[in-house]
Amino acid sequence: MNGINQEDTRRTIERVARESYGRLVAYLSVHTHDLASAEDALSDALVSALNHWPQDGVPKNPEAWLLTAARRSLIDVIRHQRVVQASEPTLVLLKENSTEAALSTEFPDERLKLLFACAHPAIDPAMHTPLMLQTVLGLDAVRIAQAFLIAPKTMGQRLFRAKTKIRSGGIPFEIPQERDLPERLDAVLEAVYAAFGIGWDDMAGADQRGRDLAEEAMWLARVLSQLMPGEAEVRGLLALMLHCEARRSARRGPNGRYIPLSEQDPKQWSLPLIEEAERHLGEAFTQGRSGRFQLEAAIQSVHAERARSGRTDWAAIALFYEGLIRISPTLGTRAGYAAVVAEANGPEAGLAVLESIDPDAVSHYQPYWAVRAHLLQRLGKTRQASDAYDRAIGLAEDPAVRRFLIEKRG
Amino acid sequence: MQFALLIYHSPEEFAMRKNDYDDPHLGAWRAYYKALVEAGVYVGADALEVPETGTTVRLKEGKRRVQDGPYADTKEQLAGFIILELPSVDAALEWAARCPGASIGAVEVRPLAPEAKRRGFTG
Repeated sequence: MNGINQEDTRRTIERVARESYGRLVAYLSVHTHDLASAEDALSDALVSALNHWPQDGVPKNPEAWLLTAARRSLIDVIRHQRVVQASEPTLVLLKENSTEAALSTEFPDERLKLLFACAHPAIDPAMHTPLMLQTVLGLDAVRIAQAFLIAPKTMGQRLFRAKTKIRSGGIPFEIPQERDLPERLDAVLEAVYAAFGIGWDDMAGADQRGRDLAEEAMWLARVLSQLMPGEAEVRGLLALMLHCEARRSARRGPNGRYIPLSEQDPKQWSLPLIEEAERHLGEAFTQGRSGRFQLEAAIQSVHAERARSGRTDWAAIALFYEGLIRISPTLGTRAGYAAVVAEANGPEAGLAVLESIDPDAVSHYQPYWAVRAHLLQRLGKTRQASDAYDRAIGLAEDPAVRRFLIEKRG
Repeated sequence: MQFALLIYHSPEEFAMRKNDYDDPHLGAWRAYYKALVEAGVYVGADALEVPETGTTVRLKEGKRRVQDGPYADTKEQLAGFIILELPSVDAALEWAARCPGASIGAVEVRPLAPEAKRRGFTG
């Protein structure tokens, strides 16, 4: 009985930690800008919960309990640092707030301000996503390092430096003004998308940095869409992720075999996720402001249509890609466009799109070589195709993709 | 900046080497080398024979000690190395992840010591 209770308590703590982590860190750091201390204080509070809750029972409002404990710990930490000048106003503030929060179970959700601070232009863009994952979701540096293919120690140091910059570099914790909002919001969305890391996966392109964090990215996107329900691009991003998530299980066959989108069985796609994606995308379109993520979601929406109609409207996809290239002409977009043009107008037309890309830029960009190989093969240029397949195979990271390409090269 | 990718194989992967030229496993390695050369990062590489062919020599108090097999008694053994010229360790880790050896055994990324080059220990 006691064992079961302890297990329940541990699970409750895990759930509360997951749901409340970002809210608590954001609230504890919004005035001090000191993320590291807020995180330390919260982890002290979580340890304390693990010690007390199994005996005393889970408090009625676990989040308020954690906040009170974390705040107490934070006051100790700040006292310990003896940074009298800097911390005096903070201490006053923490004390002022503490009575009020002890009485009220409500405290403001400051996660949006925290997300904007993490993706501030003064912070190295490569660190935007790791910072969000750590401060809003509480992932540890080791886990983040693995997803981003960086040595754990290095990731720890980079996170530390970024937090120091947030604390001392005058980076504001605020929602940007209307004038700056689109650009600043784009940086936040970009960082969330980087965690999702599906890249572009039609022709066995593998640009999947961070792919292990898909669930965390979806969580962040849902938080964002709750906090900014009126932003079309936020919904666009969520719709894009939901569409891709809907196909997760269709992407692998027996023995972990890689299955490209065009060969996937739509019956294996998740209809509820597709429907949810369509709802968000429809909502975004009514707001009348187009953007990169809405276009990417629209492309996936056309692909999803195959579940109903049994065919793919490549001309419609090409049109959305053209819009996308105008906004964001990344290598991934252009390689994807080439594949789509090939489907709509034939492999020569697709190859012409690839030829317009600077060869130096693609020397180690795997999706480019995968598309190129596929198109050359369709044109019957066996030797050139085989060369391009070799490049795509050599640059592939996922063993399943590698196997798939080796089979296709023949 | 130069990095060594030290490739460690399990006994199973050493065994796979005996396969013929058309083997997909070998094909993956050939493709990987091609990608390295075409990307302009390749400096050099070589494969080692299977660990059982190794002999380890030590001098202890002036006496020769010779031992059959490799120095380290571990399951995964050094199988080869690749030297790459790259701007950063981040890029080196990326190439290591693409290495066919990474999905079966392990690939260690280690920067070459710059002083070794100055003193003429290498190349």
